[in-house]
Amino acid sequence: MGDIATGPVVEVDDLRMRYGTKDVLTGVDFGIEAGEVVCLLGPNGAGKTTTIEILEGFRTRSAGTVRVLGEDPASASEDWRARVGVVLQSWRDHPRWTPRRLLGQLGAYYAPYATPDRPRPHDTGLLLETVGLSDQADLKINALSGGQRRRLDVAIGIVGRPELLFLDEPTAGFDPQARREFHDLIRRLSAAERTTILLTTHDLDEAERLATRVLVLAGGTIVADDTVDGLARRIAGETTVRWRVDGQAYSESVPDGTRFTRQLFSQYGDSVADLEIRRASLEDAYLSLVQQHEAGHGEAAARLFTEATS
Amino acid sequence: MSGTYAVRIGIQRGLREFWQSVKSSQDQGFYIFTGLLVVGYLFLRRDADVAGTDLSFAAVTLPSLLGLLIAFGVVIGPAYALAMEKEDGTLLRHKAVPHGLRGYFTGQLVFQTLSLLPQLLVILVPSLLLFDGVMADPSGWLTVAWVIVLGLLATMPIGMIIGALVPNSQKVGTWGMLPVMVLAGISGIFYPIQQLWGWVQVVAQIFPMYWLGLGMRSAFLPEEAAALEIGGSWRTLATVAVLGTWAVVGILLTPPLLRRMARRQSGSQVEAGREAAVQWVR
Repeated sequence: MGDIATGPVVEVDDLRMRYGTKDVLTGVDFGIEAGEVVCLLGPNGAGKTTTIEILEGFRTRSAGTVRVLGEDPASASEDWRARVGVVLQSWRDHPRWTPRRLLGQLGAYYAPYATPDRPRPHDTGLLLETVGLSDQADLKINALSGGQRRRLDVAIGIVGRPELLFLDEPTAGFDPQARREFHDLIRRLSAAERTTILLTTHDLDEAERLATRVLVLAGGTIVADDTVDGLARRIAGETTVRWRVDGQAYSESVPDGTRFTRQLFSQYGDSVADLEIRRASLEDAYLSLVQQHEAGHGEAAARLFTEATS
Repeated sequence: MSGTYAVRIGIQRGLREFWQSVKSSQDQGFYIFTGLLVVGYLFLRRDADVAGTDLSFAAVTLPSLLGLLIAFGVVIGPAYALAMEKEDGTLLRHKAVPHGLRGYFTGQLVFQTLSLLPQLLVILVPSLLLFDGVMADPSGWLTVAWVIVLGLLATMPIGMIIGALVPNSQKVGTWGMLPVMVLAGISGIFYPIQQLWGWVQVVAQIFPMYWLGLGMRSAFLPEEAAALEIGGSWRTLATVAVLGTWAVVGILLTPPLLRRMARRQSGSQVEAGREAAVQWVR
């Protein structure tokens, strides 16, 4: 894959951040391999944005080791910048520019970094088509809707064909249609370009759709690091089975829904009705975590999930 | 290699921003408004002479006002642009691309410099048509050129530094507009500086605005008008020395300050700016 890094793209070791006397990050450890789509979850104020800004090189950490594409983002070179994409949440910049001109202008900075297997920047017209802005390409940016603006933000973030892409709450304020289109775009980016992606979100559905792995940040540390499935299964641990026999409703939480249901049928046969089998979702897992955290038991939650991981 | 490349992109950016500004009715309105204000002010007093001379009031005041407008435009323009673009994420976008900040500041330099052109044109063209004896000697245009260049170098860094230091764009009024207005009042633009107390004259002569006005008067007015100035002379060497000193200090001080400001840029800062602005609107 030429200049695409193999092995860890992001390595974070004992990352700490303190604002004044308030410790926001108290020792964050994780790694991201090339090609992964990793979702950073956590309640408000948990330090998701702080973490991602440190990795982007936009914020100086208090302590710890951080390597992104082999360099420390705090002192990384402009060449490093060319390999990293950042999707920013803008709100009124470049009002007089058109999407086509702005993309052309910002993309031009990447031209000296083109390699035979990774031509840079992306073709402006194709990129606008990819994010669904062809019709708005020559309108003034201040005439775009909120969703269109965010799609332009994404286009600007990927115009340099990044090997690693950061997105901080990319779909905040999207309508369901725009959200769906955005998810398709991210999946295509991950599949076709093998772009490594780290995103933060509040939307668990989004994490379930996109992420190959989920990190949960709470109490200043990573309290869970697993696939969406693995996390949901381990945290809630059980499957809920509901059914009726002779008009009587039953509900049971069991570790193995398949085996339980087979037994159910062998016992009651055709009289089982209204069967519903529901595996614990990421949302269940996440909410149980956040509840403990919000109730002031963040430390306990952190310990609980650390035990579950080991 | 990519560094000089970024400067080239920055120049294109500045040209594009200038073109967009010239086409925008908002900016056209601003240019026409200042043009009407200045030319109207001079036109109302077109028959007045400066006491004790046969020089017209319009001829003496026009170059001073041009000096004022250059200083004003080149300080407030970049200060406001920078403060605004720190808040709205323009700067952060450039921080996220390789060598983007170099391109951004090059663009600002080009754009702010070019913005002087329409500003000067809307005042100079009607003035040359309406008033007699505005330019005493055509060789004065050469002086106009070097005074403008030196004045730009002396004042633009001040604007950039104000823009870099103010916490948000609303503060440009307090930290940029107010001091420039006060200086305009004491720099011999609207009346001879000699009418003021001695210490005020000293203060005014520390700053570039007085010298910009003086330089412009030396360019437009006949030799004998120098008698109206402090020491009865155009003090050309002193003009070069003061403006040159400001330019050198500014050029040395601005890049590290801008770098420091850019280092502190982050998405959360832009987000905070947005929330503040939303509250402002409400």
